[in-house]
Amino acid sequence: MNSASFAEMSARQRLAAIVDDRSFHEWLPPSDRVTSPHLAQLGVPAAFDDGVAIGRATLSGRAIFVAAQEGEFMGGGVGEVHGAKLVGLLRRALRDRPDAVVLLAESGGVRLHEANAGLIAVSEVMRALLDARAAGIATVMLIGGANGCFGGMGIVARCADTVVMSDIARHAMSGPEVIESSNGAGEFDSRDRALVWRTTGGKHRWLTGDCDVLVEDDPAAFRAAAIAALDVHRPMTLAALQQESMLLQWRTAIAGEGADAIELWTLLGVADARAVPDLDAAAVRVLRPAAVAPLANGGA
Amino acid sequence: MTGMETLHFEFDGGRVLAPFEPALVGVVASGNLEVLVESAPGAACRVDVDTSARGFGAIWEAVLRDFHARHGIAGVTVSIHDMGATPAVVSLRLDQAMSAVWGAPP
Repeated sequence: MNSASFAEMSARQRLAAIVDDRSFHEWLPPSDRVTSPHLAQLGVPAAFDDGVAIGRATLSGRAIFVAAQEGEFMGGGVGEVHGAKLVGLLRRALRDRPDAVVLLAESGGVRLHEANAGLIAVSEVMRALLDARAAGIATVMLIGGANGCFGGMGIVARCADTVVMSDIARHAMSGPEVIESSNGAGEFDSRDRALVWRTTGGKHRWLTGDCDVLVEDDPAAFRAAAIAALDVHRPMTLAALQQESMLLQWRTAIAGEGADAIELWTLLGVADARAVPDLDAAAVRVLRPAAVAPLANGGA
Repeated sequence: MTGMETLHFEFDGGRVLAPFEPALVGVVASGNLEVLVESAPGAACRVDVDTSARGFGAIWEAVLRDFHARHGIAGVTVSIHDMGATPAVVSLRLDQAMSAVWGAPP
């Protein structure tokens, strides 16, 4: 053991490990007590920061805005205040023009306790993130928390210029339990950990082109990837969106009906796909099929 | 559905701390709690508790009295959001919070 696990750190520990030493200046800190107005009615204690820390910092000496979601509080669920903090950060970025907005995402999506307020909050986060990206501010998602990045935050992640994941991170729309409860264990057994990881994990997202940078579960690796992403911009031109749409249609057609992840990797051109779950991130990085590379940054 | 229980305690005695930056430790999660320690005017040690587990006021008082006896601090407000942490976990979080106040690594 020579380094900490990014997955096992708290949101605030991750923040401290990613940005330059002691450079984080928090907005709406816990002592401001900007908390959820909804949870008390349900008998649930609030969190002083509503599960997300936001602020400015430097990264390799460059000005960034940064947010970190705490997955242990309500599964990182986005409530009204939590979402408003993210939106405020992104809108302030439009005004103050940092080099990047870096989001350390760990979330199950909308906080169901706050229902419509949470849904609206997540959609506002998407809009604000796309506005920042369109304004030429690098938007970077770091996904490595134990709870993964699902639901509305899973969509937010794919709105960014760059998505960084560890091999043990997970990213998807509906979470495993959600799929099982709506479509049955025959469709998706949420207790089958190998299935969950090969369908939502970082290696799968890398091999299918949904994740731009695959790293080990190591805060230093995430920091290095975030620094490299400071100058990565993916302008949303009509031509770029049309190309992406074509590739996604091709990928969907390849997958066909009900292909398991290993079968899909094989169809996409990964040699010896069966070995992938046992490989480390470095070994998987070289396996990405050339055909999906244009979906991701730095792919060629 | 029963709501949360809110408890307030105040302990006298101890030395008044010089003003310090607020310190937050822990997280609101099942069997866990978050503790925010702040400077406060006056010479009391005030503790506010929001807890999802009702009916444990006497145990809270005992755990917090121990905490105050251990640290002997005044001029502070301790705010707690609890989701059913055990007394031992509460004591550890309180000690961790004081370490953070003194500037030790959390």
